[in-house]
Amino acid sequence: MNIPVVNLGAILPAIMLSLFGIAIMVAEPFVSDAKKSWLGWLAIAGTIAAMLALAPMSRQAGQWYTNLWIVDSYSIFFHFLFILIAAITILTSMNFLQREGIHHTEYYALLLFATVGMMMMAGSNELIMVFLGLEILSIATYVLAGFRRTDLKSNESAMKYFLLGSFSSAFFLYGVALIFGATGSTNLIVIADSLRSGDPQTSLVSLAAALMLIGLCFKVAVAPFHVWAPDVYEGAPTPVTGFMSVGPKAAGFAVLLRIFMTAFPTLEDRWTSVFWIVAALTMLIGNVIALVQPNIKRMLAYSSIAHAGYIAVAVAAGSEHGVSAVLFYTLAYSVTNLGAFAVVTMLSRSEDKLVNLNDYAGLASKRPGLAAVLSLFMLSLAGVPGTAGFAGKFFIFKAAVQSGLIWLAVIGVITTVVSFYYYLYVIVQMYMRDPNEEFADVRTTGPLKLALAITIAGTLYLGILPTRFLDWTVSAAVNALR
Amino acid sequence: MEQNVLAGYIPIFLFMGLTLLFPIVTLLAARLIRPQTGGAGKLAPYECGVDPDSDARQRYAIRYYVVAILFVIFDVETVFLFPWAINFNRLALFGLIEMLVFLGILIVGYVWIIKKGALDWA
Repeated sequence: MNIPVVNLGAILPAIMLSLFGIAIMVAEPFVSDAKKSWLGWLAIAGTIAAMLALAPMSRQAGQWYTNLWIVDSYSIFFHFLFILIAAITILTSMNFLQREGIHHTEYYALLLFATVGMMMMAGSNELIMVFLGLEILSIATYVLAGFRRTDLKSNESAMKYFLLGSFSSAFFLYGVALIFGATGSTNLIVIADSLRSGDPQTSLVSLAAALMLIGLCFKVAVAPFHVWAPDVYEGAPTPVTGFMSVGPKAAGFAVLLRIFMTAFPTLEDRWTSVFWIVAALTMLIGNVIALVQPNIKRMLAYSSIAHAGYIAVAVAAGSEHGVSAVLFYTLAYSVTNLGAFAVVTMLSRSEDKLVNLNDYAGLASKRPGLAAVLSLFMLSLAGVPGTAGFAGKFFIFKAAVQSGLIWLAVIGVITTVVSFYYYLYVIVQMYMRDPNEEFADVRTTGPLKLALAITIAGTLYLGILPTRFLDWTVSAAVNALR
Repeated sequence: MEQNVLAGYIPIFLFMGLTLLFPIVTLLAARLIRPQTGGAGKLAPYECGVDPDSDARQRYAIRYYVVAILFVIFDVETVFLFPWAINFNRLALFGLIEMLVFLGILIVGYVWIIKKGALDWA
């Protein structure tokens, strides 16, 4: 019997995060309450260790574990992104947990486990592995959404996310079963070869691809599968909302592209038209409904739906430009949105007080620094030149036009103009209204400052000097399409 | 190939049809054949036993669930241990190390459960 080749280097970042996650989980009951913030820093150490482990991983390019696991610059890019998201979320959460009186350090362990799940999704070459990663990510996130367990809204959020999440997992799994029935394999490359040989029944394969698409569209919350997102985002603890609006979304798109680029290139004209409709609908619905949201968490939820729509434009474009635009945009959007949620976390009070837009009135006269920072993130989300959001949108619409999707790009630009209203409304509130809050007890503590510094630097760097990361995303896209 | 795939499903559809028909036919036949006697006694849960004196939907301690979940964890562990034990000689040192890692993670979870007080019956 052959024992499979064990290449620990190829999965080193995931091993690091798992080890630190387990250590933090077990340490929790042994550590006194006063010292619990040390475990938060231990989680940060875990993300740094995982970041360092990317170097040995990138030397192991190729397929491992009987072709279950693939290491290429595409998966390494997403590993980098997921670790970054986890680190910023941990930094944002540390004071939040203490303030809310829910400082159970299982929170950090769950975040790290969720990140491992995302890594498994981005790096796997096999549908069953993708499903495993999806479940590791989802189950950890269900718990995180309900982490304020005495709060009714948090419970509602976790319940809704759990029911709809497991429903969508079932869709995905059914698609996997059908594709296994049609081609006799769940390995993406074997599926692609079998489709090229023209053997399997096309209608069965199309049905399987459609079911998988529905499952993943639920996870990334694009219309018409977006209805769960606002309620879930509103009820979850604010840093978790930030994590959910970027992490699972990026992982979902990573898997979506990997599956459709590797396994179904022969069906490309079909799924391009599907993505055309999905992208147009999502951009319209997300941006229009965001206009009338009084609560900033709900507004950012609809805005995150709209941003998923922009990413879907790039998926529809499909070329190497499209894929690199998806990668760049997920990075730019993640950095900006995590920054915005860090500010919202800082300003909110326990039990989700002060998360309405008119609570932000006059923030600029009381806390000019915070107002300026939140304005920067709002401008970046809207896509003003000089910020990460602009560079990301530019590459997406460029890819769409190059692939001949002119009308989709037109819809994208028009809905972007619509989105300016609700992003700028926040700035108007902060700078042009009289304050009705004192914001006296808003403390900018060390970890939050660090999170803001990283996100501000990222937003400006990607907006002003995007070439370095763009080169990386292009090489990753070429790698994935080969 | 296409014909074969569809033809392979025919027994399944036949089976589904039969399962649907079976209860319908049985119930209809019973209704036609049985003697029509009724009454409150016939509708009681235990026609020939002790009368129920309260609702079945009662609250009971959540610890039952905790114990049930714990049981599932160790149940699954055994499911993985058996095939490893049977192939122990062929898997050799590699299998031993893998299994120790697996058991280590499980035991860590067990330690966490005990320290969290999930097994305190006070």
